Amino acid sequence: MRLTELPLRQPAYVDLIDWSALTPSEGQRLREYGLCEGASVEALHHGGFLGKGPIACKVGRMTIAMRRTHAAAVTVRTGPDGVGSQDKPA
Amino acid sequence: MSALPLVALVGNPNAGKSALFNALTGARQKLGNYPGVTVERKAGRLALTDGRPVELVDLPGTYSLDPTSPDEQVTRDVILGKQDGEKRPDALVIVVDASNLDNHLRFALELIALGLPTVVALNMVDLATRDGLELDAHILSRELGVPVVSTVAVRKRGLDHLRQELDGLMNGAPRPYAGHGARDFDTVRAEARRIARAAIVRETPSRRLTAAVDRVLLHPVAGFVLLLALLFVMFQAVFSWASAPADMLEGWVTALGEAVTNTLPPGIVHDFLLQGVVGGVGAVIVFLPQILILFFFILILEATGYMARAAFIMDALMARVGLSGRAFIPLLSSFACAVPGIMATRTISDPKDRLTTILIAPLMTCSARLPVYGLIISAFIPARTVGWGIGLQGLVMFLLYVFGIVGALVAAWALRLTVTKGQSSGFLMEMPKYQWPRLQDLLIGLWQRAVIFLKRAGTIILFTNIVLWVLMSFPKAPDGVRQSEYSIAGRIAGGIHLLVEPIGFNRDISLALLPSMAAREVAVSAIATVYAIDAEDDVEALDKGLGERLQGRWSLATALAFLAWFVFAPQCISTIAVTRRETAGWKWTGFMVGYLFVLAYVAAGITYWTAIALGLG
Repeated sequence: MRLTELPLRQPAYVDLIDWSALTPSEGQRLREYGLCEGASVEALHHGGFLGKGPIACKVGRMTIAMRRTHAAAVTVRTGPDGVGSQDKPA
Repeated sequence: MSALPLVALVGNPNAGKSALFNALTGARQKLGNYPGVTVERKAGRLALTDGRPVELVDLPGTYSLDPTSPDEQVTRDVILGKQDGEKRPDALVIVVDASNLDNHLRFALELIALGLPTVVALNMVDLATRDGLELDAHILSRELGVPVVSTVAVRKRGLDHLRQELDGLMNGAPRPYAGHGARDFDTVRAEARRIARAAIVRETPSRRLTAAVDRVLLHPVAGFVLLLALLFVMFQAVFSWASAPADMLEGWVTALGEAVTNTLPPGIVHDFLLQGVVGGVGAVIVFLPQILILFFFILILEATGYMARAAFIMDALMARVGLSGRAFIPLLSSFACAVPGIMATRTISDPKDRLTTILIAPLMTCSARLPVYGLIISAFIPARTVGWGIGLQGLVMFLLYVFGIVGALVAAWALRLTVTKGQSSGFLMEMPKYQWPRLQDLLIGLWQRAVIFLKRAGTIILFTNIVLWVLMSFPKAPDGVRQSEYSIAGRIAGGIHLLVEPIGFNRDISLALLPSMAAREVAVSAIATVYAIDAEDDVEALDKGLGERLQGRWSLATALAFLAWFVFAPQCISTIAVTRRETAGWKWTGFMVGYLFVLAYVAAGITYWTAIALGLG
């Protein structure tokens, strides 16, 4: 599922990132935040009155905020194999 | 440039770099600018263990040596020795957040690979412990190949150890350099992760204080209401807390004026000192408490980590007008002053987003407008409550700020549809952990703001007032004619008056408009000087406060129109200069000045005509 659809506070990990949906500088910034295939991710808050605002999520030990358009470029997987998968091959 | 050895403090944003800088240098800091760019240079002196001084420079936080914004560019250029006006650092202190090692070590590895003498400050180890992390600095040091010192900058822990390590570095014991050559991002990241895993001794489920607080503060409804409430309290405080210290300062200014009267014989020197210097500058100085209270709140919001949350909450709204939540931070800083606000837009990477933010930044009510609002509100708005302990004066002040904000949002929306049309950019931001602000950091921040304000009062405001006093004092008016009208300034104001009469402005205001371009506070001192000169020998009139005198000469409609003018007011010279520098030319600067003048004129006009229609004239 996409990161936008991930229920709040459910640990997951990043399956795939559609880098082509992001500008090069956005892609660079996300990578610098530690968002990459295999990283653990957890949606924490949806902003805006109707939940149409940005999404705050935990990536590794860091909390970052991004718009839904960016989060839609991130495919995530949940389930026991996903938890703490950073050191396992994805 | 200093001849002392140069040590650069470098690291990711939110690594606690500034707190470490403050802890190491104390209040002995110099603020400046790098030539050619508007990036602030923060430097201070640090004594090593043997007493030798070194210069410590605090570089803007960045995530890598691959810059995406102008301030990150400066960090890179300084470290590589390519920045004008700065020599290449002799040593680096890399600051990493102990609870975010994976990420921060990647940049640290990139920096270590440059081969400069380096020490790593493993900062905020107390917060890492709070989050259930236990780290081994020795393992980290072995893996990185450079000394690692555990620090808690805010409690001054580990600072002596850090000085000792710097001592060793400066004594020139070269470290074995493991030249990795250029490695790609993913390789370095994997290496950083491996080292972080090795250094973590224990990792237990944590209390996650930040997550718990965020559930409330980032709640879609509660979070928004809390943000508004916070801003409201901030503006109420600016008014109510400041009155006692402001009265005290006013007492001192009055006493100083009396001292001038008592010691100097009547004559031109006496008049100049009393009317031009004490009267003019004194009228501005009394607003120091309000300005400091405003900065106090802004510094706390920044230091606690709440500012990023405010940006998160505001993003949905900002997106509607084509901006991002990131623009909220420069805009909030613009409440203090548009100059640092406009400089803070450097963190916005999208050029059109950034330009739009610059163009609307002057609509945020800056602290220089506080003296103007303060004077008019206290003179014309009764000091009573409107229920629930809310003061009417504070409420009016709050509304003026709201008008500025709404005006800015509408302007951004209109600009985005026309002159800065383009695809709206995204919003990507790190949300730092919550932290208690530290008193010393707050005091240093307030001290620096106070010095900047007093320097302005002592230079540009004083100078403008002196010029104004000369223009208003000559030629001498014959009996029966008001000096402020007969003088050179009065005649110039007469011309301006023709333009602004339709929107209810009288001659006093016309006279104040031009010098208020130098600095907005001068509007107050200019009016003060007008009355001081007109009142020359009228001791009774001089004893009256400025507000009281205004009540006799201005109608309520005029006062309200004047406030409305200043909501959208023409920018001061400093704002125009920084806009020119940041937009690299006069085109957008001219555009900004023009559209704001039109807005101010229309807003003042509508206010005046409405007030007249309501019978407030």
